[in-house]
Amino acid sequence: MKKYTLAVLVENKSGVLAKVAGLFSKRGYNIDSLAVGVTEDPEISRMTIVVQGDDQVLEQVTKQFNKIVDVIKVSDIEGDDTVERELALIKVTADVTTRAEIIQIANIFRARIVDVARNSITVEVTGDESKIQAIEKLLRQFGIKEMARTGKIALVRGPNKV
Amino acid sequence: MTIGSPEKVTGARALIKGLEEEDVTTMFGYPGAALLHIYDELYDSALRHVLVRHEQAAVHAADGYARVTGKTGVCMATSGPGATNLVTGIATAYMDSIPIVALTGQVPHSIIGNDSFQEADITGITLPITKHRYLVPEAKDLPRIVKEAFHIASTGRQGPVLIDMPKDVINGEFEYHSIETVKLQGYKPTYRGNAQQIKKAAEEITKSTNPVIYAGGGVISSNASAELAELAETLMAPVTTTLMGIGSIPAEHPLNLGMLGMHGSKYANYSVQGSDLIIAVGARFDDRVTGKLQSFAPNAKIIHIDIDPAEISKNVPAHIPIVGDAKIVLRSLIKHVKQCNSEAWLEKINEWKREYPLTYEQGKSIKPQFVIEQISEACSNAIIVTEVGQHQMWAAQFFKYKEPRTFITSGGLGTMGYGFPAAIGAKVGRPDKTVINIAGDGSFQMNSRELATAVQNDIPVVSVILNNGYLGMVRQWQELFYDRRYSHTCIKGSVDFVKLAEAYGALGLRVEKPSEVRPAIKEAIASGRPSVIDIIIECEENVFPMVPAGAAINEFIGLEGNK
Repeated sequence: MKKYTLAVLVENKSGVLAKVAGLFSKRGYNIDSLAVGVTEDPEISRMTIVVQGDDQVLEQVTKQFNKIVDVIKVSDIEGDDTVERELALIKVTADVTTRAEIIQIANIFRARIVDVARNSITVEVTGDESKIQAIEKLLRQFGIKEMARTGKIALVRGPNKV
Repeated sequence: MTIGSPEKVTGARALIKGLEEEDVTTMFGYPGAALLHIYDELYDSALRHVLVRHEQAAVHAADGYARVTGKTGVCMATSGPGATNLVTGIATAYMDSIPIVALTGQVPHSIIGNDSFQEADITGITLPITKHRYLVPEAKDLPRIVKEAFHIASTGRQGPVLIDMPKDVINGEFEYHSIETVKLQGYKPTYRGNAQQIKKAAEEITKSTNPVIYAGGGVISSNASAELAELAETLMAPVTTTLMGIGSIPAEHPLNLGMLGMHGSKYANYSVQGSDLIIAVGARFDDRVTGKLQSFAPNAKIIHIDIDPAEISKNVPAHIPIVGDAKIVLRSLIKHVKQCNSEAWLEKINEWKREYPLTYEQGKSIKPQFVIEQISEACSNAIIVTEVGQHQMWAAQFFKYKEPRTFITSGGLGTMGYGFPAAIGAKVGRPDKTVINIAGDGSFQMNSRELATAVQNDIPVVSVILNNGYLGMVRQWQELFYDRRYSHTCIKGSVDFVKLAEAYGALGLRVEKPSEVRPAIKEAIASGRPSVIDIIIECEENVFPMVPAGAAINEFIGLEGNK
């Protein structure tokens, strides 16, 4: 199984996301992550989809994507030189004895403390997948109460668009 | 009103105007609460609306209408159960790439999602079985959406498009403007094949000594029959068709091999297996065609011409893919090719044709194949519509089709109950033609109440029921693979079709002897009335040749029907 990152430009209309998700489930593809947001053109949204599978299935899914009337463009940017980012919010169990250490870890990862309560600290971290996995692994020892991740977004480096 | 000048209209009025601008003359439907405004508009519209007895018939009729005319078929149903009753017909059209626009009513926006009375999420339900679908946001969007829907349904790889109209959209008022052009960023079908690929294909064709052209429904959709015949004759290459491709080349054409696949002719399947080059045109290598994929046409290079890039290399890898419209691609391909060195190959094929003709044994009882031959002789120019099952295969094998759009059948989805309502739609679309629905006694019962539609609207369709008292195709599989354990497939004597026809005011005839077949067909056609001919046939006749599911297509079983 290989990992693929797809950048999909779609018309900003209802039902597109359901159709895209449906195509994956129909083919038994598991979506690792899916991030959607509006682009520089308010009528167009960009989906960044990370999936695993083989080349043949990916080709078929890409073709099926292109058949969706509201899909404008599908690009496989996995092999390209890209800037990739993901954001995670991690709520960690913390008390007076552990708080300092958690803050120190956050600093090392250039993460930010965005909320503190008597028994918890919420850390905001941005980076590529490996960085987020690394901080998650370190924070796990304190007890992660809750975590939310955006999924990866990516742009190809240089002046070109997808 | 001049085009472009504003006029206050309701959504309902805008819909009718939009349909008229798309040259829609006929639609099939069933009213309901959500559609009252639209039906009020229809009351004094020039648009012909055929009232059916169940929404499933509306969509099948629109589909049959589309297949015989080449135009986009239109059907309409109310919200909730009306809309869900369309689902099977929409899926049928989707699988066979038939252009239809399905209109549904919906509860008002203010209560969508509340499990309101007669609410169904029909855009959600039809997501995987429509080419595109709309939940209309506001009345003012209707003209644009109607225009787009017809454009999407009828271009590229054709297919069904659904427009779901909430009641506030139907009743809402706005200033009407005609829409002149369609702007869809993500929708640009490719019609012209890549010139390099066409050249490469031509080179490969020139080298071939054992070519086979494999033609599908795409040839019919793109009206490419003349080009198909020209290519075959130029190359001297035989043509085999899929079930959907029947009619794309005349049955009696010397290069025609008939249908291939599970119930294909032996010579068609042998030809495919022995070929060194397959030119697939508007066909999708369905499992009923290829049998076991690994052993399909083992020595052949594949040229695959299709308008849908997603069909290329989906099941069988294509050596030379050409994305484009069948007619346009074939036209340019023909310019680059000349006759193949195929004399020995055609001789071999003719040997197979002589050795393994499609045949059957006539006995005292009526053989279904005999009935089809009688229909073929008695009305060779008829449009034949079928239900699904054994009779469908016999109709595919034994009728001598002369033209495209004269064999109308549910190929991909295999929808029992399709035939009769589709025949009604076909007759409405081509009133000049004799339309015969070849049915089984099982399939016919699925939508037989549409006799009321045929009688009320005076649509003289002839239904020929090949009555064997069984759900025949399933029984055949039980006989061959389940040790003759006929579990729930015997339906003998469950209905008197003659009385049923008469109850609706249609003509009912029963035929029990071979000699009565021809006169009954003639009588039914001459009557000019909707008719049902109940023909009692040999009850355990099987469809042969047959390749069992999952076997290579030259591995036939049950040869007694195919000596």
